[in-house]
Amino acid sequence: MQTLEPILVEHPFFKDLEPRYLQLIIGCASNVRFDSGQFIFREGEKANQFYLLRQGKVALEVFSPERGAITLQTLGEGEVLGWSWLFPPYRWHFDARVLEPLRAIAFDGECLRTKCEEDHDLGYELVKRVAHIVIQRLQATRLQLLDIYGLHS
Amino acid sequence: MQIIDRNSLDILFDTLKRRGFNLVGPTIRDGAIVYDRLTSTADLPIGWTDEQNGGTYRLKKRADVAVFGYTVGPHSWKKLLYPSVQRLWRAKRDGENFQFITEDEEVSKFAFIGVRSCELHAIAIQDKVFINGKYIDPVYKLRRENVFIVTVNCGKASGTCFCVSMNTGPRATFGFDLALTEILEDNHHRFTVEVGTERGAEILREVPHREADEEEKAKVEDIVAKTARQMGRTLDTTDIKDLLYRNYEHPRWDEVASRCLTCGNCTLVCPTCFCTTVEDVTDLTGEHAERWRKWDSCFTMDFSYIHGGSIRSSSKARYRQWMTHKLATWIDQFGTSGCVGCGRCITWCPVAIDITEEVRAIRGKE
Amino acid sequence: MLPDLYRVQRVRQETHDTFTLELEPMSGGQQVAAKGVSFAAGQFNMLYIFGVGEVPISISGNPTPRKVRVSPPRFVHTTRAVGTVTKAMGKLKRGDVLGVRGPFGSHWPMEEAVGKDIVMVAGGIGLAPLRPALYQFLSQRENYNRIILLYGTRSPADILYRRELEQWRARFDLEVQVTVDQAMGAWHGNVGVVTTLIPRVSFDPLRTIALICGPEIMMRFTILELQKRGVGKENIFISMERNMKCAIGFCGHCQFGPTFICKDGPVFRYDRIQEWFGKREI
Repeated sequence: MQTLEPILVEHPFFKDLEPRYLQLIIGCASNVRFDSGQFIFREGEKANQFYLLRQGKVALEVFSPERGAITLQTLGEGEVLGWSWLFPPYRWHFDARVLEPLRAIAFDGECLRTKCEEDHDLGYELVKRVAHIVIQRLQATRLQLLDIYGLHS
Repeated sequence: MQIIDRNSLDILFDTLKRRGFNLVGPTIRDGAIVYDRLTSTADLPIGWTDEQNGGTYRLKKRADVAVFGYTVGPHSWKKLLYPSVQRLWRAKRDGENFQFITEDEEVSKFAFIGVRSCELHAIAIQDKVFINGKYIDPVYKLRRENVFIVTVNCGKASGTCFCVSMNTGPRATFGFDLALTEILEDNHHRFTVEVGTERGAEILREVPHREADEEEKAKVEDIVAKTARQMGRTLDTTDIKDLLYRNYEHPRWDEVASRCLTCGNCTLVCPTCFCTTVEDVTDLTGEHAERWRKWDSCFTMDFSYIHGGSIRSSSKARYRQWMTHKLATWIDQFGTSGCVGCGRCITWCPVAIDITEEVRAIRGKE
Repeated sequence: MLPDLYRVQRVRQETHDTFTLELEPMSGGQQVAAKGVSFAAGQFNMLYIFGVGEVPISISGNPTPRKVRVSPPRFVHTTRAVGTVTKAMGKLKRGDVLGVRGPFGSHWPMEEAVGKDIVMVAGGIGLAPLRPALYQFLSQRENYNRIILLYGTRSPADILYRRELEQWRARFDLEVQVTVDQAMGAWHGNVGVVTTLIPRVSFDPLRTIALICGPEIMMRFTILELQKRGVGKENIFISMERNMKCAIGFCGHCQFGPTFICKDGPVFRYDRIQEWFGKREI
């Protein structure tokens, strides 16, 4: 597990995280790989993972019977995937399908949640970081909804 | 400074006509003093004056025979220097090609009679827009070059005048060929004449005149000083550019917008407003096309239209654009205010919106 | 100001509503390709369709000739058919004649960018006015450090200059990232607004010149994102659009605060117009 530490420290999500917190959560982490076309998770499944993406590309999709798979967003290196593990009912809301072979660090959601409950300072630190990502995504989503390149006459 | 008698004014007119100038000046039409062709001094509004206030204009008989005893009306000289409707070119289809047809324009030489100091400033401002910048407008330039200007120092101010605030009058200091001041005393109706150009001196040589005495020179000062004291309005221009730049979101814009009809009268009567639009037209055969330029107003929705909508869709935004342009952005654009304090926009606003009052309101509640 | 006559030399449909015209100058009914055209990256022309009207269209061709001291032979304009004139323009065929006035306006900061990283952010048809700058950067590649093009558009079908983008993406001396707002099925590229690309690319914010062109909302959020990365507002340049009739500062329509988009713009250094940029109904 010691080998994961340098990877975690370098990932933007954990930028400037205090080493003692890193030590607390490193036990929840593992190295994972996914191939193109593989689903990392599917809508409705139990959400118990949090991914720090290191390489490759993944699409968040929703499937419509008439229109097929609609991509909501693509994520890649330096970004994170999944926040449904943090809040009940711990279910994935969308599909995550790999577009380009993906390497990531996966955290066990339950493990992380337990650590956060035990140490609220860690919990606060982690929730702040997740909230930051959520806000960025929300802002980008609002822009996306505007259809700014469309004709509005 | 020279003196000519009232009768010599006729000789001045004749001299200008003889030199090929078409005379244009104040004359009464439709209950207002407008600028139109003059054949003789008899066409001038002799013995008339005007009463002006916010949204109000009335002609009144004077008790005397003053020739220039009134202030400015709804017209300004821009209608002659920058016509409200102008064909820019014609084009003709020629097989699969087409050709542009231009004609060398013959423009008559105009002598502007009775130009006021504020109007000289307005012309100077339009000069900056049309001939002193990177691009030159040939229509304006051609007309401007041919104009002979006879100025009149104002003997009275109207209820909407504020040239003193704008530092543009009432006394003419530049931009004229000849400048008159009317002195009307019992049995002695005469004009002082100041010569502004060699061309003006040449014309004056053909008009009987004499040197003004000290008393007459002093009278000119008295007359313009008295007019300056009569200003119906004032506008505090201190820091005006930054004041308006700071207050794009002032609640006053909403108040004025609730009254503004966005009719565009203010832009049409303003002697400096220069905005135009173009219309491209064809005849029924589709073989001939023309481009026309017409006065436009920033108060229309179309003015700021880009695909999808108008940038300034609220009347608040349009009034703000007009006033902020006039008093603030103009300074950055052309190094001068776009307002000369003539008061036309106040007089001719159907709901009496008063630019001086709007500035005061914004300044007062910053 | 009288337009000059140009003949349509080539028409290319780019997407369902955009097309590119290549125009060659004429003289006395004859083409005079040798005469060439001259413009700076970022400038625009007024294009006149006989009897229909005139519109400002940015120039999207290469301002730098292949051979030294030879002007590029044609004006290249990419247009979206949205109004009466641009729709009529979309019906032009090879050999048709139109009127051209220009080029007008300011240009992209080619000199300021020398020795720096360049981040170009384009939204939708906003790629068209940026293309001449990219051509020029690439033709003098050694003068610049990193060159990054971030391009966002509505959907994969709306991607402009698709083949060229693919060629650019294959280059080692240029980073190109394309993203779309909505995608389905076969699209394997990025999905998300163009601003989400900014944190993903690496450049030195303190030595970067950013060039942005797109809808105003897109430009506002792009500026925000660039500022988050530490790019100074004096190093951000944007291209503005307003109603335009004369293109030479007389008609008054294109006023934006104290500026005339036609002669002071369309390209502005952001800090010089930031007071007005983002204010409502300016």
